[in-house]
Amino acid sequence: MATEALDISGLDAYYGDSHVLHAVSFALKGGRLLGLLGRNGAGKTTCMATIMVMGFLKPRRGSISLYGENVAGLAPDAIARKGICLVPQGRRMFRTLTVRENLMVAAQARKAAGSGWSIDRVFELFPRLAERAAQLAGSLSGGEQQMLAIGRALMGNPRVLLMDEPSEGLAPQLVAEVGRTIAQLKAEGQSIVLVEQNIKLTLDLADDVVIMNTGRVVFRGSANEIKLDDAIVSQHLGVF
Amino acid sequence: MTPRAAAALAPCVLALAAVPWVIGNEFYVNMASQVLIYALFALSINMMLGYGGMVSLGHAAYLGIAGYACILATTAGYDQLTAAVFAVALSTTAAAFFGVLSLRAPGLGFIMITLALGQIVWGVAYRANDLTGGDNGIRHPARPMPFGFDISDAPSFYYFTLMVFFVALFFIWRFARSPFGASLKGARDQPRRMRMLGHNVWLVRWITFVMAGFWASVAGVLYVYYNLFLSPHAISLQQSAEILLMAILGGASTLSGPIVGAAIITLVKNVVSTYVERWNTLLGVIFVVVIVFMPYGLVPGCAQAWQRLRNRMKGRKEVSPAASEPAQ
Repeated sequence: MATEALDISGLDAYYGDSHVLHAVSFALKGGRLLGLLGRNGAGKTTCMATIMVMGFLKPRRGSISLYGENVAGLAPDAIARKGICLVPQGRRMFRTLTVRENLMVAAQARKAAGSGWSIDRVFELFPRLAERAAQLAGSLSGGEQQMLAIGRALMGNPRVLLMDEPSEGLAPQLVAEVGRTIAQLKAEGQSIVLVEQNIKLTLDLADDVVIMNTGRVVFRGSANEIKLDDAIVSQHLGVF
Repeated sequence: MTPRAAAALAPCVLALAAVPWVIGNEFYVNMASQVLIYALFALSINMMLGYGGMVSLGHAAYLGIAGYACILATTAGYDQLTAAVFAVALSTTAAAFFGVLSLRAPGLGFIMITLALGQIVWGVAYRANDLTGGDNGIRHPARPMPFGFDISDAPSFYYFTLMVFFVALFFIWRFARSPFGASLKGARDQPRRMRMLGHNVWLVRWITFVMAGFWASVAGVLYVYYNLFLSPHAISLQQSAEILLMAILGGASTLSGPIVGAAIITLVKNVVSTYVERWNTLLGVIFVVVIVFMPYGLVPGCAQAWQRLRNRMKGRKEVSPAASEPAQ
């Protein structure tokens, strides 16, 4: 029986004729947090996009298993209904909908009972969203939009939550707040893949780390390994 | 509904209910009935246009299919209720089929397919002389008598139409505020994101298409009851475009916008045209002026203007005490 919540194996993807992901493999165990690190253009977001079959990106080779069930190449709505939910890079709110409507839209997407997220529970997690429930999402601050993006993904009752650079463009105080939220979700048993450029945030939260470079996995190991060996970070991420 | 919204709605309901007493004149009461029928028609297209971003140029087809079916069933000997139910069911089924065809293409392709389908229905109505009377049209035998009430005179028909209108308005209001309505708006703004959230965007749009077809069919039956006559002119491209203009003029993203748009266009067409020979030009000028100064339509435009005025007044009030202080 598969123990991995998400198992990516030998994943190849192309932008037209350009080979952008080369045999990418990693596994996320249930209830753990996997940090996906890499420089700009390393292929982290492309990897998320390939899992969710966003736009024209489809896995050409390889498998994507969700608790043992192959979901590679399914339609994005089918993948979301299976239980993989994405917090996209840049938030991508429905700007003309209210905060409540943004959450409502995601709530009806999957009927399967997962962790049982509701609008009230999201408002408990992010009280500031409750205050802004009737406000248009386009008028929220960057931090509030990020909270809404996370809340919206949670409303799909994810079995695996993919978070693509949730700290991007946020003030340090808000980054810390997002970090606390992610830690809380992890403590509740949520399986998470966290794509980040913020190494400190990732290493503080992650159990396992995968580093990508030019579309390839160049390191796979535990977060502690990296914490104890600065050479890994400086070698693959160019940070000293 | 919030108490504030209910308080705002109550005078509108009372005003609409008082129309026959206040106006008195039969011509204008009939005009009010026409406004309600067109408002319902405009509300139906607004479900697709305002909430779903789908521009249809063939919406009059459902009015036509329902209207002809109602007349033909009644003349074939069926009772009025059966004929009306049959007409709405047939037209909604046609909308379901047309939706499957139209939604194969997005954007411009969608507009062209709806235009083509609308023209096919118009062409059939125009050519099938034996069935539809061709260009001469066909007559409906008589207005129905719902629950034994005679609605042959202008005020009683107005109240009948008003009741149907309120029922439709309630359902469309609920639709716009429901999770499904939010999904539709999401599909309008970011279809790809909606798929990421697990929605079948095509299905959301198709269901909306069918629902819009249903309410257009109801408007079609009311249209036939009002005119007791139907000809291909009522389902022409001009009719579809006019309905679209009603929704855009009033404000396609709002519930009240299509009602306001329908009232303005119907009144200009029927009332102003008796005084102004070139009423078409006047209508064009109104449309251009509104869209230039209020790109989102009259209702959102007026709401914005009102908000700006309030902010300015508030600003003046806040500034005035300081301004009145003597300079140091």
